[in-house]
Amino acid sequence: MSELSAFPAASPAEPTPSQTVGPFFAFGLPFSGGADVVPPGTPGAISVHGTVRDGAGAPVPDALLEFWQTGPDGRLPSRPGSVHRDGRSFTGFARVPTDRAGDYAVRTLRPAAPAGSVDAPHIAVTVFARGLLHHLFTRIYFPNHTEANAADPLLASLDDDRRVTLMAVPDGSVTGPGYRFDVRLQGPGETVFLDLIAGSDDSDGRAG
Amino acid sequence: MSPSPADPPAERPAREVTEQDRIVEEIRAAAGLPALRGGHPDRAFGPYRSTALRSPSQPLVIAPPSLTERFAPVFGVVDVAALDHDLTRQHVGDPLGERIVVTGRVCDGEGRPVRNQLVEVWQANASGRYRHEGDQHPAPLDPNFTGGGRCLTDDEGRYRFVTIKPGAYPWRNHTNAWRPAHIHFSVFGTAFTQRMVTQMYFPGDPLFALDPIFSSITDEKAQQRLIARYDHDTTVEEWALGYQWDIVLDGPAATPEDPDDQ
Repeated sequence: MSELSAFPAASPAEPTPSQTVGPFFAFGLPFSGGADVVPPGTPGAISVHGTVRDGAGAPVPDALLEFWQTGPDGRLPSRPGSVHRDGRSFTGFARVPTDRAGDYAVRTLRPAAPAGSVDAPHIAVTVFARGLLHHLFTRIYFPNHTEANAADPLLASLDDDRRVTLMAVPDGSVTGPGYRFDVRLQGPGETVFLDLIAGSDDSDGRAG
Repeated sequence: MSPSPADPPAERPAREVTEQDRIVEEIRAAAGLPALRGGHPDRAFGPYRSTALRSPSQPLVIAPPSLTERFAPVFGVVDVAALDHDLTRQHVGDPLGERIVVTGRVCDGEGRPVRNQLVEVWQANASGRYRHEGDQHPAPLDPNFTGGGRCLTDDEGRYRFVTIKPGAYPWRNHTNAWRPAHIHFSVFGTAFTQRMVTQMYFPGDPLFALDPIFSSITDEKAQQRLIARYDHDTTVEEWALGYQWDIVLDGPAATPEDPDDQ
């Protein structure tokens, strides 16, 4: 690498702008076992599943969802291997495309809040899709954490009709306990999407 | 936006106004609006028709990142095979097209390298066709080219792919719509908030000003950040042309107290 092409070190830089994931990510992004945050048969595993819909209520068959979460011990995995499935580990990370009906499903464990966290247990979610120029962040919360949810700063800031869009709905099936979490990109029941970058700026001035 | 060679000629003898003309008009109207933070596109960008029903109508809710969102999935050698970065060596034969090297650095907004994080790419082949059932463009598939690759950034945040230059291709946004040649990139930072998916373009493409996806970036400087630079130092003698493209993630990096067990 020549000096001429070296990147200027430690200089503030403007972000690279986002572009849509497009319709053809199927051979680039999904990976084997991407929907399995834990292997099949893991004790305590739950299914989180749902449908992604557009502003007209039509299913979105070319969305891609990513999930990132703590385990039941409240810890985030810190070992490499997030897109490698070894058949035994909880990776904390899932990536799954929607199918032709706009549906997705992941197998995971219930998240717990990290020690000292002000936020209720949740799964962080990123939504990508053709027609979506910049990904969207949202969160999946669980209704059984009544006290933690009541104290969660984000949930507390939302009106009831919006808060409910972040709440998984218990919905077990033959495969075991499950939760439904639908994503509505636009329109009635539109999912609450988050601006975490502006949220980071806000928190810069705060202690801790 | 300044006029470019791709602008439709204004002084030609009268002809029917095309759908492409109207798209370009809409693009120019949007170029006058203030750019969004970071130069990112407005999700509701009219000229890209599919945004109409897929962009939220409610404003995003500003929220401080949770502890979960302040960290990111961790990647290592177990995630990437040795040849995953070379899209020209995934089959028995060599793919058709112009072999290229694409390399650059991934860094955060402070210019700090993003180390050991996953970079993934996918792209059309040299004739502008994706290996995907949804791609009906009547251009040939290449039995020696799939078009997907991945690698980890090194200690200086560098990534490097060997591939072939993708072709432009038509799509159905409007009549006679064509995408400029591009490579899709997916990048992780050290915080979930830094996640980024974008597209890298090639210098001097005549389709830029006609393309609603590229033009959804309305700030010209921000547009330039999506265009790779031809770099003769990266070019490999008797083998492949070289392009440099650096990626800057937004959002704060993970805090130094990363509970890393490495």
